[in-house]
Amino acid sequence: MIIKDYIQDVNLGNIDVVDTIKNVLKDVKRINKEYNYFNVISEELALELAKKVKKGKLAGLPISIKDCVCVKDVESTAGSEILKGYKPVFNANVVQRIIDEGGIIIGKTSQDEFGFGSFSVNTKNVPLNPFDKTKSCGGSSGGAAGITQKIDLHLAIAESTGGSIVAPAAFCGVIGFCPTYGQVSRYGLIDYANSLDKIGVMGKDIEDVELLFNVIKGDDVHESTTDSKDFESGPLKIGIIKGWKVDSKIEKLFWDKIEELKQQGIKVEEVELPLNEKYALSTYYLIAMAESSTNLAKYCGLRYGQQEKLEDNFNEYFTKIRSKYFSKESKRRIMIGTFARMAGYRDAYYLKALKVRKMLIEEYKKAFKKYPVLACPTMPILPPKFSEIKKLTPLENYMMDQLTVGPNLAGLPHISLPLDKYTGIMFIANHFNENKLFEISKKW
Amino acid sequence: MRLDKKLLKQVADNARLKLTEKEMDEFLKELSEVLTAFSKLDEVDTKNIKPAFHPIELKNKLREDNVKKCLTQNQALSNSKNNHRGYFKGPRII
Repeated sequence: MIIKDYIQDVNLGNIDVVDTIKNVLKDVKRINKEYNYFNVISEELALELAKKVKKGKLAGLPISIKDCVCVKDVESTAGSEILKGYKPVFNANVVQRIIDEGGIIIGKTSQDEFGFGSFSVNTKNVPLNPFDKTKSCGGSSGGAAGITQKIDLHLAIAESTGGSIVAPAAFCGVIGFCPTYGQVSRYGLIDYANSLDKIGVMGKDIEDVELLFNVIKGDDVHESTTDSKDFESGPLKIGIIKGWKVDSKIEKLFWDKIEELKQQGIKVEEVELPLNEKYALSTYYLIAMAESSTNLAKYCGLRYGQQEKLEDNFNEYFTKIRSKYFSKESKRRIMIGTFARMAGYRDAYYLKALKVRKMLIEEYKKAFKKYPVLACPTMPILPPKFSEIKKLTPLENYMMDQLTVGPNLAGLPHISLPLDKYTGIMFIANHFNENKLFEISKKW
Repeated sequence: MRLDKKLLKQVADNARLKLTEKEMDEFLKELSEVLTAFSKLDEVDTKNIKPAFHPIELKNKLREDNVKKCLTQNQALSNSKNNHRGYFKGPRII
């Protein structure tokens, strides 16, 4: 209730918001020196917003924004060197909605470059786990999860393509919520993969997460994919997805929690999703990489980000900039994505993946007819040490997303709730059924 | 999936990337492994299945074609280092 009470007090004029924001910024700077949760702390903007604080649903509340979401006049790089220096000339739709409701933007949180990763290590500014600095925060919204754990008077805007909200939320012991694809406008998001990107929320209290979601969701004239529909209603019944293999500690915590929910009278059964179990990972990565390779084509040192003296012809110039400033993981994904879309291979890889995706969505839809909510652990492992991550091959890295890619591929709303400080349980609902996730989360 | 250096070079050229010899060697091994794993999708019978370009079936959403405020020329150029008389300046084409 810290946040709701605070907002109420700000709206009543009982709080000196400038003073509060100064203290929050002081804490954020101190924490950031040790943990690298921010690429930019937007002190000037935060104080400017605090001085003329508006009444509203988020009055005076400090909110961090994942670096891939544009904030006007604040450097926004999506964690990439190639966008160094880029200052957007407009606010993303979600940022404008937050400001219009009195929210205070405190900075841009660190992340894997363009969201390419599960551990937030594919970037220069690597966030460290709030409970153990030798371990990962998870990714790609690692900075958002870390600062959410460290500061109570704060909510975070995060973004997910294949699990980038729930994975770091689980590793940092906070709530990570990802809505249905299209519920929140992507206008102003530095895209990773257009048919997969979703902007969501992190917080410590489910009511606060719901509050921020209600502010950022809704139609946007700048976005052709925003959509909203009425929620379905009906009794809660959980289908536990079968077939996962996770760390034994996570397994025990998961089943203990399910037992608690059963004792509250919620019906629980197991459900098989064999196609998702076998094919979601490959399908997800092929689509994500194909889309990201086209999205990243625009970074060529011409209109924003890294630029150099104009020498050579255009192909040589573009190649020089891209080869110099993209990280290895970006190059790897561009290579796989470009290959999957090339003549002669497109049908076998990219189109095949899109067809399998259709089948995976239908498998989920069938399950939702019986179970309004599905559940499984969020991550198969506890946060690894950075020294362990270095030993993983790219394929082993991608396999860490095995539990989170399914709902992301299908654009389904999902949420991770903490089971302890290092792991979480994930609930998944049908399209536009976010209310089911909030309902079950409130029984926590 | 058999990936060789010639094909890898072709992909890199298409993507406007110049890979070092070291990167070529690493990517050849890694990408072969990844693509072999992804080829698992070959097992799935997708005959008569339509591709899902989006997770949700979307309808076209159109807006009124009205004149509205947009970015000024200065705003549009504000992140560009190479510009000339209000235009973006690019590398030579020929």
